[in-house]
Amino acid sequence: METAALKAKAAQIRMDLLRMIHGAKTGHTGGSLSNADILTALYYRVMNIDPQNPKWEKRDRFIASKGHSVESLWCILADLGFFPKEELTTFSQFGTRLIGHPNNKVAGIEMNTGALGHGLAISVGMALASKRDASGYRVFCLMGDGEQAEGSVWEAAMAGAHYKLDNLVGIIDRNRLQISGSTEDVMGLDPLEDKWASFGWNVVSIDGNDMESLVEALDAVPSIANKPTLIMANTVKGKGVSFAENVPHWHHHVPSDEQLEMALSELTALMESHIQEGQVR
Amino acid sequence: MANKIPNRQVICDTLLDLAKGDRDIMVLASDSRGSAAMAPFADTYPEQFVEVGIAEQNIVGISAGLAHSGKKPFVTSPACFLSMRSIEQIKVDVAYSATNVKLIGISGGVSYGALGMSHHSVQDLAVMRAIPGLAVVLPADRHETKKMTEALVKHEGGAYIRIGRNPVEDVYDSDDYEFIIGKAVTMREGSDISIIAAGETVRVALDAEAELKEAGVSCRVINMHTIKPLDKEAIVKAARETGRIITVEEHSIHGGLGAAVAEVVVQEHPVPVKIVGIPDEPAIAGKTSEVFNHYGISADNIKKIALEMLGR
Ligand SMILES: Cc1ncc(C[n+]2csc(CCOP(=O)(O)OP(=O)(O)O)c2C)c(N)n1
Ligand SMILES: [Mg+2]
Repeated sequence: METAALKAKAAQIRMDLLRMIHGAKTGHTGGSLSNADILTALYYRVMNIDPQNPKWEKRDRFIASKGHSVESLWCILADLGFFPKEELTTFSQFGTRLIGHPNNKVAGIEMNTGALGHGLAISVGMALASKRDASGYRVFCLMGDGEQAEGSVWEAAMAGAHYKLDNLVGIIDRNRLQISGSTEDVMGLDPLEDKWASFGWNVVSIDGNDMESLVEALDAVPSIANKPTLIMANTVKGKGVSFAENVPHWHHHVPSDEQLEMALSELTALMESHIQEGQVR
Repeated sequence: MANKIPNRQVICDTLLDLAKGDRDIMVLASDSRGSAAMAPFADTYPEQFVEVGIAEQNIVGISAGLAHSGKKPFVTSPACFLSMRSIEQIKVDVAYSATNVKLIGISGGVSYGALGMSHHSVQDLAVMRAIPGLAVVLPADRHETKKMTEALVKHEGGAYIRIGRNPVEDVYDSDDYEFIIGKAVTMREGSDISIIAAGETVRVALDAEAELKEAGVSCRVINMHTIKPLDKEAIVKAARETGRIITVEEHSIHGGLGAAVAEVVVQEHPVPVKIVGIPDEPAIAGKTSEVFNHYGISADNIKKIALEMLGR
C-alpha cells in the first residue's frame, strides 16, 4: 500500500477499535491509538504475510510485547481476513477467543502476551531460529515505553546484539505515558536511545505517528548487517482523538456515546482527506 | 449488592490511618497505584511511598532491602505478576532471608476477567503456600480486610495477601469479631457437612448454606482466611463432627485451599472431601460471576454436591 492509503487505513482502524471498545465497554484505548500507525505500516506494507496461509513458514513474525494494545491488532487481523469481522463484537465477552490480550488460538497471532517484558526474548528466539535455519524471515517486536522498566527487556536486548540478529526489529511505542502518568516521573528512561545503542543495537528515532517516516524506517530493515534494529517510534498516546491525546487516564478509558460520536467524526474527516490525497497523486 | 467499597480501598484507608503513628510503614507500587487504590497514600505520605515502575522483581527486592533496614514495606502489585514474576525474590529475599515484607496481590483470582490467563492468578496459593515461613491470607470482605491489615502491621515476617478487584458483598455485619492470622472463623455451625472457603468464595459458601438449610441440611461454614499457617484443628474438628467436607476456592483445584485441607484430612481423620475451584485449563473469559457459574463455584452446584455426598 502507498502512504496515502496507509494513512486512510490507519484512520479506519482507529474507528474500528473505538467502536469495538465502546461496544465491549472495556479496552486499552490510549495505547491502541498510539500504535495504530505502526501496526498499519507493518501489516499493510512491510511484513511478508498471507492471511490465507497464516502458518506459512517464511512469514515475517510480529510479537505484541505490549499485549494490552490488542484492540488495534484484532481490528487489523479481522480487516485482513484472518477471521470474520463480525467476530469483533465478541471482544471481551463471555467465552470469547478475542480476549483483552493476544491469544494464539486465533489465526494471525503467534504468541500469547499480556505480561509485559516477555516479547523481546521470544522474538530473539524466533530470529535466532530464522538464522540457524536460514529461513529468511524477520521478527518485529512492539514494546511499550513503560515496559522498558522490566529487566527482562534488557536481558533480551543483550542477547539480540550478542547473536548479531539483524533480522530482529524492536519497536518502542514511545508515547511517554504509562498508567500512573509520565514515564519520566514513574521511572525515568531517558536517554533511552543511548541505552539501546550502548546495548549494541542500531537505533533509528522517528515520528511514530508519521506514515512517511514509518515506511522509510521499516522498509529499510534489515538496515545494518549483524546488528538488531531498534526503532524509537515517538508517538502520542491517544493519537487521532483530540480529547484523548496525551491524557493518562485514556490508557484504559472507554469512550461514552458522545465521545465516540466526536471521535468518529474527527477520524472520518481525516480518513476522507487521506483518500483525496491518494487520488490527487 | 449494598457494599460499594472494594477491599483495596480498605487497605489504603487502614494504612493511611496507621502510617500516622508509624513512619516505618511504607507502600510500594509498580505502576499500580491506581489499581491498588493507593494514590491517596502516595499523595499523603510521599516520603513513605516508593514507585518502581513496571518491575515486579525489582519491587520485591527493593522491599526486602527496606525491610532489612527496619521499614515495614507493603508491596501492592497485581497478584498475577507478583506471585509469578517475582517468585524467586519472594522465596529467597523475603522468605529465606526472613524479611518483614507484606506482599499485597491486587486484582487477584479471575477478577481481571477477559484479560485472560496472563492476568489471572489461580496458581498463586499453590506456589505461596509451598514456601517455608510465608503467611498466606485471603480476606473475605471489607471488614475482614480492615482487621487483616491491622494484624499485618503487627505481624513480623513475610506474608502474601490476595484480594480481588471489585467490591464484594459483606459476610460480616461489622468488624466486631476476633481476627487472628492462622485461626479460621466458623461462620455457621452445622453437623451434617462442612463447607470450607476463603476470600470471595466465603460469600458463595454462605449462600449454599442458606439453600441447604431449606433442604433440611445442617451445614457448617468455615472461613479459612489464612491458607498458611493452616488452622488444622478447625479442619480435623470439621472432619470428625460433620463427616464430609466441600472446599470452595477461586483458584486451581490443584495445590490450593482444597489440597491444603485434603492433606490434613487424609493424614489426620480421613473423610470424603470434594474440591470446587477452577479446573486445570486457562479459565474462560468473562466476569467473575460468569466464570464462577461456569465452573460450578455457585450455591446451586455446592448444594447439589452436598446432597450427593449425603446420599439424598
Ligand atoms: C508484567 C506486567 N506488569 C504490569 C502490567 C499491567 N500493565 C498493563 S499496561 C501497563 C502500562 C504500560 O505502559 P506502556 O508500556 O508505556 O504502554 P502504553 O503506554 O503503550 O500503553 C501496565 C502496568 C502488565 N500487563 N504486565
Ligand atoms: Mg507508554
